[in-house]
Amino acid sequence: MFRHDIIERNATLLLVLSFLVVTVGGIVEIVPLFYLKNTIEKVEGMRPYTPLELAGRDIYVREGCYVCHSQMIRPFRDEVERYGHFSLAAESMYDHPFQWGSKRTGPDLARVGNRYSDDWHREHLINPRSVVPESIMPGYPFLLRSEVDPKSIASHLVANARVGVPYTQEMIDNAAADMIAQAGGEGGDAFMARYPKAVARDFDGQPQRITEMDALIAYLQMLGTLVDFSAYKAEANLR
Amino acid sequence: MTESAQMTRIGLMGLICLILVTFAALAHDSGFAIQMWIAAIAAAVYIVYLARRFPQGSQTDDSTYLDSVVKAGMIATVFWGLAGFLVGVVIALQLAFPVLNFDLPWTNFGRLRPLHTSAVIFAFGGNALIATSFYVVQRTCRARLAFGNLAWFVFWGYQLFIVLAATGYLLGITQAREYAEPEWYVDLWITVVWVAYLLVFLGTLWKRKEPHIYVANWFYLSFIVTIAMLHVVNNLAVPVSFLSVKSYSLFSGVQDALTQWWYGHNAVGFFLTAGFLGMMYYFVPKRADRPVYSYRLSIVHFWSLIFLYIWAGPHHLHYTALPDWAQTLGMIFSIMLWMPSWGGMINGLMTLSGAWDKLRTDPVLRMMVISVAFYGMSTFEGPMMSIKAVNSLSHYTDWTIGHVHSGALGWVGMISMGCVYHLVPRLWGRKELYSLRLVNWHFWLATLGIVVYAASMWVAGIMQGLMWREYDDQGFLVYSFAETVAAMHPYYVIRALGGVLYLTGGLIMAYNLIRTVRGDTRQEVPMGAFAAA
Repeated sequence: MFRHDIIERNATLLLVLSFLVVTVGGIVEIVPLFYLKNTIEKVEGMRPYTPLELAGRDIYVREGCYVCHSQMIRPFRDEVERYGHFSLAAESMYDHPFQWGSKRTGPDLARVGNRYSDDWHREHLINPRSVVPESIMPGYPFLLRSEVDPKSIASHLVANARVGVPYTQEMIDNAAADMIAQAGGEGGDAFMARYPKAVARDFDGQPQRITEMDALIAYLQMLGTLVDFSAYKAEANLR
Repeated sequence: MTESAQMTRIGLMGLICLILVTFAALAHDSGFAIQMWIAAIAAAVYIVYLARRFPQGSQTDDSTYLDSVVKAGMIATVFWGLAGFLVGVVIALQLAFPVLNFDLPWTNFGRLRPLHTSAVIFAFGGNALIATSFYVVQRTCRARLAFGNLAWFVFWGYQLFIVLAATGYLLGITQAREYAEPEWYVDLWITVVWVAYLLVFLGTLWKRKEPHIYVANWFYLSFIVTIAMLHVVNNLAVPVSFLSVKSYSLFSGVQDALTQWWYGHNAVGFFLTAGFLGMMYYFVPKRADRPVYSYRLSIVHFWSLIFLYIWAGPHHLHYTALPDWAQTLGMIFSIMLWMPSWGGMINGLMTLSGAWDKLRTDPVLRMMVISVAFYGMSTFEGPMMSIKAVNSLSHYTDWTIGHVHSGALGWVGMISMGCVYHLVPRLWGRKELYSLRLVNWHFWLATLGIVVYAASMWVAGIMQGLMWREYDDQGFLVYSFAETVAAMHPYYVIRALGGVLYLTGGLIMAYNLIRTVRGDTRQEVPMGAFAAA
């Protein structure tokens, strides 16, 4: 008969057995996600972030926006009506890390892109209560004052490429120029070819400078705009 | 230690200090420079400490238990606890009165919230776990902590981790992974410290003089080893450069989400549960002076708990882009988890059989018992909230926040503070606490604080969830999002009040402990004595 006594007398055995026991759940649940079709499938329209958007996303991460805003619309009538089409796995495939969030102190932002004007975003980020009186969001006026250095962004593209985001050498080489072009409102054909559906304009109302406000608004304005749901076929995703 | 060994150590530390200063000078961003300066200052302080002891070195008596590190852990637990509670009150007030964000980068809610969660989970809870595990493993093994002063490295290394993480949050250095926010270099450092912790703990078990390993140590050991596994996998990332703070996680999207919540839920399961169950299994029987209720139940409890917990992560991702089968699996295991959780609760509570009268006279024991009761409550609430239909309402709302706090303030906080009250007089060689009456005050303030907190968040969360999904009879959504935010205001104020009550209890504890260490005893009517008629 099995006697637990044996385990209680051997610290190494206890260590090994408890370690084996705790590995099972993770292996069964996580490993298949790297192989299942509906979790790794690419959906038409998804592309890596432009350098300016990526810089904006880094600011989103830095300020802990995910603490209060989700980016994950659940397939419920009220959520779909309030925020738009439910979120697909593919829509966060280039998100290192994911920003689905866990709390909605503020609304979901998965499809906030193109919903408000750049001016609205700028005013809202400087003083949220100037446009939404009920808001309890902190103000971020300092974003307008700190500039983004286009020279440093290429190394961020490289790091993303190392973890699997399909940034090409061309994208990396042109990263600084692309950032300046997008924030200056002069996208150009080469930029648009690299980043389809990207929007090039001055986002913060200060054409002469590229600020963190430019970057963050550029990121917010593209959220959820890449996939064309009139052409999206859900059946293709069935397993 | 010989003189030459001391010289070598000082030289080595000097070299490390120099390397850190070089990193600071070459850093690609100011955040990395500041963090390296902090580490360099820590190394320099250690060099000064070593130099002042030169040449006699530190004398240790290896024949007794190494309790000085447990004492330091007690001080750290109380200090970080108060810091964590205070930041909690501040951010609760920020949600009620957003002007308190001050429009500055370093004081906004998004940066302070990780400061609060890390301060209470890792700084307060972590120090309580490390200190009590060092105390318990020595007593139950009848052996001094293994590997000389490695335990002191664990202690100070852990404090450095806390300082680096905390200052990093204020500077905006974060991986944006909940409860795993510290960046890659802090992750590497804590990995080193954690391996040392495992070595000290396991080494002490190896050299034990008791044939059996006591049940508390099973829980502590599985907590240490599982946290190591979760930490390493969840923090896999590629830094932008080795001289910058920023990194990008190895996984993305749905894979990243499940890895994170596999980690996140088991930070609850192993950091905040298994480790603290270790505390329960040692200190509740000690304090009640009764044996553990059931040996057999503790075996079942241990293995079923650690096996089932790991599966529960997907319940944080119900109705998301995670595949349905994974969500359902997470839900089923979460519901099953109710059983070992309550098995553990029963084992803890029934340990008081024949000693229930002590609750009247010993508020420290009462604190431990109510912590087990809160454990039972939140481990019922958790499985309930993991049911997909319930979760569709509760997810994204303040109900989750309330649930977390009944577990954190009720279970983790109360059992830790009960253990601190139990240990401080013993470690400092005092006969008793300065005042049991003050413990009683702490007990009721904290309990009331939790009830106020949890109740306000239940109401707020359920109301929020219902308002989001409310339709009028013509099929339109009734409330804009902004209206639901406005409706939260009174509950956010009440919640902050609950936090203030809990913090006040903590301050009373600190006062009581300081007087205890000083050797004072308060003249008071003993607890449970009949009032003079």
